[in-house]
Amino acid sequence: MADPLIEVRGLGRRFDVSKPWLNRVLEREERQYLTATADVNFSIARGETFALVGESGSGKSTIAKMIVGLLPPSEGQILFDGQDMGKVGTSELRALRRRFQMIFQDPFASLNPRWRVGDIVSEPLRTFGLAKGAEVTREMERLLDTVGLSARDAEKFPHEFSGGQRQRIAIARALSAKPEFIVCDEPTSALDVSVQAQILNLMRDLQDEMGLTYLFISHDLSVVRHMATRTGVLYLGRLVEVSEGKSLFRDPQHPYTKMLLDAVPDLALSGRRRTPVTGEIPNPINPPSGCPFHPRCPVAIDKCKTDVPPSFQTPNGSAACHLLG
Amino acid sequence: MTEPLLSVRDLVIEFPTRRGVLRAIDGVSFDIAPGEVLGMVGESGAGKSLTGAAIIGLLEPPGRIVSGEIKLKGERIDHLSPAAMRKIRGRRIGMVFQDPLTSLNPLYTVAKQLIETIRTHMNVSDAEARKRAVALLDRVGIPAADRRIDDYPHQFSGGMRQRVVIALALCAEPELVIADEPTTALDVSVQSQIIDLLKEICAEKGASVMLITHDMGVIAETADRVAVLYSGRIAEVGPVASVISEAEHPYTRGLMGSIPTLTHDSDRLVQIPGSMPRLNAIPPGCAFNPRCTQAFDRCRVERPFPIDRPGDRRVACWLYDEQEATHG
Ligand SMILES: Nc1ncnc2c1ncn2[C@@H]1O[C@H](COP(=O)(O)OP(=O)(O)OP(=O)(O)O)[C@@H](O)[C@H]1O
Ligand SMILES: Nc1ncnc2c1ncn2[C@@H]1O[C@H](COP(=O)(O)OP(=O)(O)OP(=O)(O)O)[C@@H](O)[C@H]1O
Ligand code: SF4
Ligand SMILES: [Mg+2]
Ligand SMILES: [Mg+2]
Repeated sequence: MADPLIEVRGLGRRFDVSKPWLNRVLEREERQYLTATADVNFSIARGETFALVGESGSGKSTIAKMIVGLLPPSEGQILFDGQDMGKVGTSELRALRRRFQMIFQDPFASLNPRWRVGDIVSEPLRTFGLAKGAEVTREMERLLDTVGLSARDAEKFPHEFSGGQRQRIAIARALSAKPEFIVCDEPTSALDVSVQAQILNLMRDLQDEMGLTYLFISHDLSVVRHMATRTGVLYLGRLVEVSEGKSLFRDPQHPYTKMLLDAVPDLALSGRRRTPVTGEIPNPINPPSGCPFHPRCPVAIDKCKTDVPPSFQTPNGSAACHLLG
Repeated sequence: MTEPLLSVRDLVIEFPTRRGVLRAIDGVSFDIAPGEVLGMVGESGAGKSLTGAAIIGLLEPPGRIVSGEIKLKGERIDHLSPAAMRKIRGRRIGMVFQDPLTSLNPLYTVAKQLIETIRTHMNVSDAEARKRAVALLDRVGIPAADRRIDDYPHQFSGGMRQRVVIALALCAEPELVIADEPTTALDVSVQSQIIDLLKEICAEKGASVMLITHDMGVIAETADRVAVLYSGRIAEVGPVASVISEAEHPYTRGLMGSIPTLTHDSDRLVQIPGSMPRLNAIPPGCAFNPRCTQAFDRCRVERPFPIDRPGDRRVACWLYDEQEATHG
């Protein structure tokens, strides 16, 4: 990819989940680590919506938090506009930080309940010195209008709004920093479908108007298909497949992607007979050897049990499966 | 028509509060035929769980049924004593909730809970009850059921726990199973396993199912008929295929268009403006009228009654009233 806005190389994160020291000594246990993400590589071009989809615990939020700097990586690099985030100085980091923002799943938890909406939305304007005096109010009101709220809402507190409206407030706050890149972690998972549609439409409109780049995270395959220009599939912290456009949904290559797509309840009433899905996601503390999907994979071969599959080229992207090599 | 297994008529549920009475369910009527799977969909707060709770007599005070009736095989069950209701619950109506731990006692082994339920409701020996319990666990897909039956609930994964709950709901061979968001807390790949299981095993045992969910996809694959709930009222009810592919109520139509799918391409999703009103702000007339693009004067003052439609459907919307058609 020529000149990506975001590039992630060999990104990994482990968590120490050991018991306290005394218990370990008494019970003669080793330290235990949980690998939340391992060797994740992708890049995101300007103006693109790159989606990450995966089941619970697959590492989606861990990746999001590392990218916005809320969690330090254990391994690997994150490059924003060519600059290695792990190497830049504090003042440069501050300047870079303004250029990316994050929207969370639970709009209530991410909004300070004691602040008025106007203050919440204008805070980044002040922090980053983007407006002064009366300009701050004018800009804040413009932002509220952009996300479909009104200037009168500035006086209210977050609890006076519905879930969808709170997510609009969170979007207005993110936009006030004039970012280029927004990480959206399950932005509509807590919302009803009719409200989800409003937020997804809004996010696409804003992208068209402002040329925003999105990292869009969701466990909902249909939502991802609607939003993404490219999609990555995570399983047990590893990126198992990446695919352009809607090809992932038309022509999945990795056995896990196939299984996942098969499992989605079908609104089209095609009456298709699903291949029954087997097994559940294993414990990430002791993940399976070789390919993490091998115990559930209907087409696994011997090699899958021992070797971690590298990423191979596919017609529309790449996938980590021995059968594709 | 055969006699319905369950029949709910003009159900009204209210919550008295300091600021006045909140009407959460307002005139809900529907039937479930023997062996039928009725899906109940609606957005958060529409009243799905309350309807289910009222049927199994688990409405929590101060919530109360103010009028209407609920009949199981023709017998009223909405005003039974708690003791009489306890006999129906478990024996004639089984329950599966979103969180398996609301149905399972963490302090007892799965064996104890299954055997106790079987013996409370059926006249069998301890050994026979255990044999049945193991067979049922095996049927719901618990590997090594004869060994795992002596484990505690926390020793099972989320998906396995929900399988145990299904076994528990079905162990006394009930006529009706009420499943309230049984897969909402589960991952996609596990969700489909549980939905398939619930459907198959209820069909095998001839039990009817009331499946409560906000997921239209789950309804599409599982239900025979669907009731769409909005602000504590039924907007539309009918066979699942026709309601999904040719929704009649403007709310259902908007809802269907707002759901992204794996097959249809669209740049924009259909957008219903606003959100469902809170209980203290339900507008007069049709509850949906402020959000409806087709609303006219009558919708703002007069509440639409359920109108019978061809193909075994019912729609509460003035657009389908003959009076409107003749007036043009
Ligand atoms: N602070 C932490 N300490 C220990 N383990 C953690 C921590 N944060 C995350 N994990 C573990 O890392 C794995 C990945 O978690 P993550 O939150 O990234 O998943 P996710 O894909 O966002 O899941 P969900 O869909 O449930 O939000 C999980 O197994 C999780 O339990
Ligand atoms: N104890 C209570 N006091 C007052 N109102 C209540 C009480 N319990 C429920 N309600 C209200 O009754 C309405 C219906 O609630 P119900 O739980 O049936 O909704 P639901 O359709 O199951 O929603 P969800 O999809 O969120 O589970 C809601 O508006 C809710 O706020
Ligand atoms: S009754 Fe009127 S407001 Fe209600 S859905 Fe029908 S057209 Fe819309
Ligand atoms: Mg997450
Ligand atoms: Mg509910």
